[in-house]
Amino acid sequence: MKEIFRLCLVLTVLCAVSAGVLAFVSARTAEPIAKALLQEKLEALRTVLPPFDNDPFNDMVRVGGGADSVEVYRAKMEGRVVGVAFELVAPDGYAGDINFMVGVNVDGVIQGIKILKYSETPGLGSKIAGEDFTKQYLGRSLADPSNWAVTKDGGTFVPITGATISSRAVTKAAARGLGIYEANRERITGAGDAEEGEDR
Amino acid sequence: MRAWKELTKGLWDENPTFRLVLGLCPVLAVTTSVANGIGMGLATTFVLVCSNIVISSLRNVIPKKVRIPAFIVAISTFVTIVELVMNGYFHVLYKALGLFIPLIVVNCIILGRAEAFASKNSIGLSALDGLGMGVGFTLALMVIGGIRELLGNGTILGFSVFGQGYNPLLLMVLPPGAFVLLGLLLGAMNRIEISRALREGRVPSIRKEHDCSVCVMHRKWFDFSSGK
Repeated sequence: MKEIFRLCLVLTVLCAVSAGVLAFVSARTAEPIAKALLQEKLEALRTVLPPFDNDPFNDMVRVGGGADSVEVYRAKMEGRVVGVAFELVAPDGYAGDINFMVGVNVDGVIQGIKILKYSETPGLGSKIAGEDFTKQYLGRSLADPSNWAVTKDGGTFVPITGATISSRAVTKAAARGLGIYEANRERITGAGDAEEGEDR
Repeated sequence: MRAWKELTKGLWDENPTFRLVLGLCPVLAVTTSVANGIGMGLATTFVLVCSNIVISSLRNVIPKKVRIPAFIVAISTFVTIVELVMNGYFHVLYKALGLFIPLIVVNCIILGRAEAFASKNSIGLSALDGLGMGVGFTLALMVIGGIRELLGNGTILGFSVFGQGYNPLLLMVLPPGAFVLLGLLLGAMNRIEISRALREGRVPSIRKEHDCSVCVMHRKWFDFSSGK
């Protein structure tokens, strides 16, 4: 009986010390982690948008409903909307969701694509995150090309060798995003000015 | 002399990956590139050294009956520290290694060294043992990651080696490629050990489970090919 108490005591003390150390480290790293996450998102915005002087995170409109609901970040230069960025989710990747940020100018022409989160096969599907793959979407819009698909499906976008499913998922989701933008273009580019009028 | 032996045994004679064949999950899973291998290796080395030091210093306090849970608490504490620090300060690497950082907890090299070495030896020797084993593990990950990245992607550390015209051997970056390569490397290690032993006139130190000539499959093949 006495031994049980000794065993419990040792483990309890050990766990308590461990919890204390972890609480300390967690408190010390909370800020750098939040910073790194924000930095990551901001960097994504910078790569997909033309130069801007506002804070797009605080200038956001939500458009679409249900599964098509998208948060649109507006980039402004001297108070005028120069482009918008939105995060899209391709639900049909080879290994789960692919999250990526798309930036378009006011005419709905893609300025940049940045893959944020994915679990595709390392060294294979993971190449969707590389510039070699994403650069072929630059300058494209919903009207050009008319068929948004990979070459295997009769479209224009060249998929990554051995990772057609990942490439197809990104292409499909990008087209869907452009569709949402076009359908809500008035609201996205216009609503901001009205809000700003209220502020003044 | 003893200290030097404890430090260097992990590099070849008791290399965790190639000789002890422990902790193969991260070996096979994250070695699609050299950079991932180095990151995983260094993270594991840090945990290994820290857990060996703590467990060695507590070896007379921890009762034998609860030693395994006690070891796991110490190990998981250091793994969580690595995870938090890496997430905050080396975010890109953290994202590349993903799930495999928390899984360092269950890497059997670490619990293995705690049980087999740190719980019986002094703090200094345990630290050296952890360091040597960690470096040996890191080197193994670098070799496997290097070969897989070179053949499967045509690059080393992201720099193109074979040029644009290279048609990558996709198998190498997929999980089966890791198994095939590991098998070939284990065979090569056995080969080197055998010729080294012959030169030094001693019996080769090949663990029974790695010796192909005692394997049932090998005998069947031998009988088959010699017409029995």
